[in-house]
Amino acid sequence: MSVANREISPRLGYGATLAIAALWMVPFIWMLVAAFNPESMGAGMASLVPRYIPTLANFAEAWSSADFPRYTLNTMIISFGILAVQLVTVTLAGYVFARIEFPGRTLCFYLFLLQLMLAPVVLMVPNLVMVAKLGLYDTLLGVMAPYFASAFGTFLMRQAFKVIPRELEDAALIDGANVWQRIGFIYLPLAKPSLIAFSIVSVTAHWNEFLWPLMVINSPDLRPLTVGLATFTRGAEGAQAWGVIAAGTLMVSAPLLIAFALFQRAFVNSFVSSGIK
Amino acid sequence: MADAVLVTGMATQWRVAKWRPRRTTLLAFAMLSPSLLFLALFTYWPVVEVAWQALHNQQKIGGPQVYVGLDNFLKLFGDAAFRKALANNLVYAFGTVVPSLVLALGFAMALAKSNRVNTLLRALFFLPVLIPLVAAASIFLFLFLPNVGLLDYHLAKLALSGPNWLGDPDVALYSIMGLTIWKNAGYYMLFFLAGLQAVPADAYEAAILDGAGPWQRLRYITLPYLKPTIGFVLVIGLLNVVTQVDHVFVLTKGGPSDSTNLLLFYVYQQAVESYDAGRAAAGTLVMLALLLAITASSLRTLERSFGEREA
Repeated sequence: MSVANREISPRLGYGATLAIAALWMVPFIWMLVAAFNPESMGAGMASLVPRYIPTLANFAEAWSSADFPRYTLNTMIISFGILAVQLVTVTLAGYVFARIEFPGRTLCFYLFLLQLMLAPVVLMVPNLVMVAKLGLYDTLLGVMAPYFASAFGTFLMRQAFKVIPRELEDAALIDGANVWQRIGFIYLPLAKPSLIAFSIVSVTAHWNEFLWPLMVINSPDLRPLTVGLATFTRGAEGAQAWGVIAAGTLMVSAPLLIAFALFQRAFVNSFVSSGIK
Repeated sequence: MADAVLVTGMATQWRVAKWRPRRTTLLAFAMLSPSLLFLALFTYWPVVEVAWQALHNQQKIGGPQVYVGLDNFLKLFGDAAFRKALANNLVYAFGTVVPSLVLALGFAMALAKSNRVNTLLRALFFLPVLIPLVAAASIFLFLFLPNVGLLDYHLAKLALSGPNWLGDPDVALYSIMGLTIWKNAGYYMLFFLAGLQAVPADAYEAAILDGAGPWQRLRYITLPYLKPTIGFVLVIGLLNVVTQVDHVFVLTKGGPSDSTNLLLFYVYQQAVESYDAGRAAAGTLVMLALLLAITASSLRTLERSFGEREA
């Protein structure tokens, strides 16, 4: 190993990584510095060093010029509503693919796989027609509905269920447990890591989604955070109110960043398993 | 009794042979039905609808849908804006996926060893992945602002001057690519970090004993072991290129003069701004074909990891 330790290229690589890491942080540092700046516009806004007494004025301004509490509520309803339904659909379908042999199984497998290959956002134009036909245009349910079935979640749960020893289910069966009891008391508790991984990926994806809710939602009251932020940014951009934009952006991004800070390992593991979305 | 049929092996005596196929099949489809219902509504039907719509159009606004053959496709490919979006998307794909992959691999190799500092650095690179793309775009709006913006302000301090980052048609697409690389490299890094763990340490030790330098080890050990990871990240990267255009909406709306228009944003414009359902449908079909082409290459992997063909 001593030879490798004296090599120059890996050290240069590490040095370059450090330099790029500093560069990577610049947008975040600017967002923080600008958000707490008592001024909101002018030439000094580009500073990356806070030379001021921090205030919350920009947050107050952002808070009052757009209905962020309502946007946050809408985003939470969308993200957790989707997740709640998905947890039911992917558990049931995951159990079927893990444990039940039946005619048509391979066909069903490929029908699910198709969703994995065709990203829902690309189907947004025909999906909008469908949402309108179902009377869900301009409703939060319309934003959520296309995501209620998840091939990714189904396959993730299938993998988790498959490694659970059949003997456990057999034992429960002898005790007279029906299929729902076996799923609820054996499969789900043992698949908890996969459930958490799927939940994190799903909530993150829908918390951050923009184009689809932009198409479905028309009423300002029903906007999620991302759509609200884009509209708000356009208004504040016209006024050159960069500090207010930074504050608004920080408010929208903060929930997931805080969750990541608290549960870093869980986030990283779930994103690794999310590779195939 | 219906439940007993699922059991194999030791519980064989519980089986009620005659009922087995019907009941398990019914149970299976009952449990799949919620998923299949939503897949039918929001995946299968939309594909059929978009295929039908691509062959039809209204002769006048509010009029009936008339079969027009390949007219929508001819108009689509005849539209300079669409051809521009297609060309942009190719440049954008190459110019974001390749640098992101190289950076992600570099980050992963530099930070592979787990210690406090490296864990922190990995988290730093991962932060952009977590914020909404529109939020990233809001920050970069100021970054790219002419004269007083973050880039120009600091370039001026070095007595340099930058181009009009989002206003110059020759530069804007590259500015947007910079944002995309910043946003995604940390995500791809995670897969390389996971992939690097699968490279056996003694392979490196043996190579070092044989006198292999760092570049030779990269070329003959790391890259061959990471081949599946690279292929996999490539697919995810290409999918992102087709499906993520939120930042275009916030930063440039496809302009100036369509220089930053991408396929999905073009389709969005056709549907929402021009109300041209036929052309939007034709554009959607082109994108679906692209998605299938991209994912078909990873189909074998998907089948292996999720399907019946266990490795």
